[in-house]
Amino acid sequence: MIEGMAPADVAAFSDRAFMFASIVYVLAVLGHLVEWASSLGTVAATRDRSPVGVAAGSSPAGAATTDAAVDDDRADVEERRRLRVETAGRIGVALTVLATVLHAAAVVSRAFASDPARVPWGNMYEFTMTGALGVSVIYLALLSPLRLRWMGLFVTGFQVVVLMLANLTLEQAAGPLVPALHSYWLVIHVGAAILATGAFAVGALTSVVFLLQERAQRRTQAPAAAGSNRVSRVLLERFPPPDVLDRLSYRLHAVAFPLWTFAALIAGPIWAEYAWGSYWNWDPKEVWAFITWVIYAAYLHARATAGWRGRAAAVLALIGFATLLFNFVGINFFFGAGSMHSYAGS
Amino acid sequence: MTGASAAPSATSTRPEESTDFGSEPPGTPPGRAPGLSPFEFLRWAWRQLTSMRTALLLLLLLALAAIPGSVVPQADVAAVQVSRWKEAHPDLAPIYERLGLFSVYDSPWFSAIYLLLMVSLVGCILPRTAVYARSLRVAPPKAPRNLGRLPAYLGVQTDEAPDVVLDRARAALRRRRYRVVSSGPADGGSVAAERGYLREAGNLLFHVSVIVVLVGFAYGQLLGYKGGSIVLVGKGFANSLTQYDDFAPGSFYDPADLQPMSLTVDSFEAEFLRTGPQRGQPVDFGADVTYRETPSAEPRRHRLAVNHPLVLDEVSVFLVGHGYAPVLTVRDGNGDVAYSGPVVFLPQDASFASFGVLKVPDAQPEQLGFDGMFFPTYNFTMARGPFSVFPDALNPALSMLAYSGDLGMDEGAPQSVFELDTDQLEKVKRADQRDFRLDLAPGRTVRLPDGLGSVRFDGWQRWVKLQISDTPGKAIALTGMVLALVGLMGSLFIRRRRVWVRVTSREGGSYVEVAGLDRSGSSDGLVEEISRLADVVVPAGEEERLR
Ligand code: HEM
Repeated sequence: MIEGMAPADVAAFSDRAFMFASIVYVLAVLGHLVEWASSLGTVAATRDRSPVGVAAGSSPAGAATTDAAVDDDRADVEERRRLRVETAGRIGVALTVLATVLHAAAVVSRAFASDPARVPWGNMYEFTMTGALGVSVIYLALLSPLRLRWMGLFVTGFQVVVLMLANLTLEQAAGPLVPALHSYWLVIHVGAAILATGAFAVGALTSVVFLLQERAQRRTQAPAAAGSNRVSRVLLERFPPPDVLDRLSYRLHAVAFPLWTFAALIAGPIWAEYAWGSYWNWDPKEVWAFITWVIYAAYLHARATAGWRGRAAAVLALIGFATLLFNFVGINFFFGAGSMHSYAGS
Repeated sequence: MTGASAAPSATSTRPEESTDFGSEPPGTPPGRAPGLSPFEFLRWAWRQLTSMRTALLLLLLLALAAIPGSVVPQADVAAVQVSRWKEAHPDLAPIYERLGLFSVYDSPWFSAIYLLLMVSLVGCILPRTAVYARSLRVAPPKAPRNLGRLPAYLGVQTDEAPDVVLDRARAALRRRRYRVVSSGPADGGSVAAERGYLREAGNLLFHVSVIVVLVGFAYGQLLGYKGGSIVLVGKGFANSLTQYDDFAPGSFYDPADLQPMSLTVDSFEAEFLRTGPQRGQPVDFGADVTYRETPSAEPRRHRLAVNHPLVLDEVSVFLVGHGYAPVLTVRDGNGDVAYSGPVVFLPQDASFASFGVLKVPDAQPEQLGFDGMFFPTYNFTMARGPFSVFPDALNPALSMLAYSGDLGMDEGAPQSVFELDTDQLEKVKRADQRDFRLDLAPGRTVRLPDGLGSVRFDGWQRWVKLQISDTPGKAIALTGMVLALVGLMGSLFIRRRRVWVRVTSREGGSYVEVAGLDRSGSSDGLVEEISRLADVVVPAGEEERLR
């Protein structure tokens, strides 16, 4: 595919693949939206029917309305609904797979869009693009072992927003790297940072849902809200229970944290030593990488401390993710000139 | 600390973690008022300080305290920005100065937080190491009476004799690297097994390594130095204090220890993208140098480039920047050559438009001064005035203002070579009273008005900015960090599990119970592991219950 193509053509190919990936992500969002809408229907249906079932007389048998017939009927409707939810969800996942393949093609071809070929993370646009791919890949890889289907809507929605922002605000033509980036430490350092960011992102998503779910559960359990509102019941049904989410979130963070440790505190300093002659400069980017690290360390501690586990820990995880995002977006925009890392934002 | 493993932990809500080390020492209900005796108070304070909760809060505090250093320019990283900031905020500057906001990372309050964290860390590691050492010598606990209450449990009936099953259980567990003890009468009995001792070892290794990293870091900060020097291409550098433009030693560094290295910059090339949207972006730059490690050593050659430093025993040399030095010849009012040579100009933007100053104290009858810009690829529009379109010297030009009078260099106060002290200088004016501006191409000469002399732009040279530094303790910090990572992975991914197998005679065969407990906070895969184990221990059994 790339042989014999001029870098400019490859760049155009990459841009087009990127565009198609975005479109397919949008379709995947639609698939998952249908999935969610259908399951809202499921809950509503169950609720509407249960109190009136017998009186409704809507059984196919007509006159002789028995409990069994109503049950059959209800089970039938239920089954069809379940099937609709299932199908929509599967379509959503299938589209996500397709979008991810396109997305990967965009990233890989981007690497060949400059002469000589290089890793596709030389500037903010490319880093965003590759980081977002990391999120998709981690999600799909863990989809079946960790039963992450419930995450589909959020992951695809996230991709749509991120890819759109990347395209609107960061878009940058392909080209060779500035000399400071000529190092295989770039591959190692940024590669690990991207993987860590992907895992932290999925972890943060899980924490958000954990918080929602935990709240919904507290609400439904509270006697005052015995009636319960529909949305929180759907939440309860569609999502894994809070303790499962909590553990899942922990596992994701447990994978991300060592990766981040390696990227930010081992590979980063080694590279800085080569490039700038000192392995730790308290450069704003380094400071924020350190802050992120410390907060996630606090998160891991929180999970082992009474009174902090659960909600407080999840909030810490989200603060950690906020610092990560800030480091990525904020530093370049707000402190750009003052940071040695600022070439990433130019 | 009294054995943290003895009593139920105050920090844990999960029953299966009740004997974990990863918890606060017992009997520290947070927030309870201390007893009155001073000894008890100290003990209470110590326990507070070394509790998990305090570690957590100190970590958060450390994160918070690190923020100002990313917002306010820091003196040791960006001295120029600091002075600019101080000029722009004359009211705030003294307050910030008092608070140490220009050097956050060695300010007393920042140090206080991390020193407290270190103390807390040591106070946490020591007792936990003791507890851990003891736990290594303790056999896995006997099977609880009611195995059915454990999170994973399986009961199987088989025709085999109890001791056959028990033997097989022992072997299977040993193969899975469990530590195994067995007990019980001949007609039945139980096996208790535990694995994952390395989890806590990993955790301890991680926390110890954090200390090692900090020691390595502090060592480098105190005993190392960092300096910068601008060297013209073709010229040399000898490693002594006078040759540095800036020099930042650690508190305990003695400049007499500077390694007597010397080098000559033989050549320098810079290549920039000539086409495309990123036109002007550097592609590559590097300098060939000849160096001697000691004055008597053989000269050697090295290609110095970004990411390719010259690393010697006690000193490393990095190429951190480059720029232009226009070569100027100034004749004074008497017609004598008052200055001839290169003048270092500092790049101001990515196109290498550079600012520089030339002082000519020897000029007669009046001293002369110049400041202005060098444009490597000169261009001009009415809207922008003169500017540079490309960083390479394709169409170099010089544009400077001239001053005459007293340069103020005799007063003894040190002056920056990049700044003119214009207090006693007058701008040189044209006949129409507008500022006299010298606009020069290479090889051209301009005569100053009023017989003040003339300036010739002979050509240009390049200079490189070298950073010369020594950071001892690098290896310590790196080793510490790698060990920390290894320990961390052990601590996060090794599962601590206990397994019990109890066999009782029943109906001429045996009733086998297999049960397990996860002590590392995540029971993922526990049930599967127990069920696989049961399959191995009782291959032909009849499953009764699985949970
Ligand atoms: C520089 C400061 C510190 C850092 C960066 C740090 C970092 C970490 C990290 C990343 C973990 C997660 C590993 C795991 O979950 O097994 C951890 C666990 C732990 N830390 Fe720290 N720590 C620090 C200070 C302390 C202090 C002062 C204490 C003493 C109270 C402490 C006690 C613990 C304990 C008991 C665990 C195990 C928690 C568990 O069982 O999950 N740490 N620490």
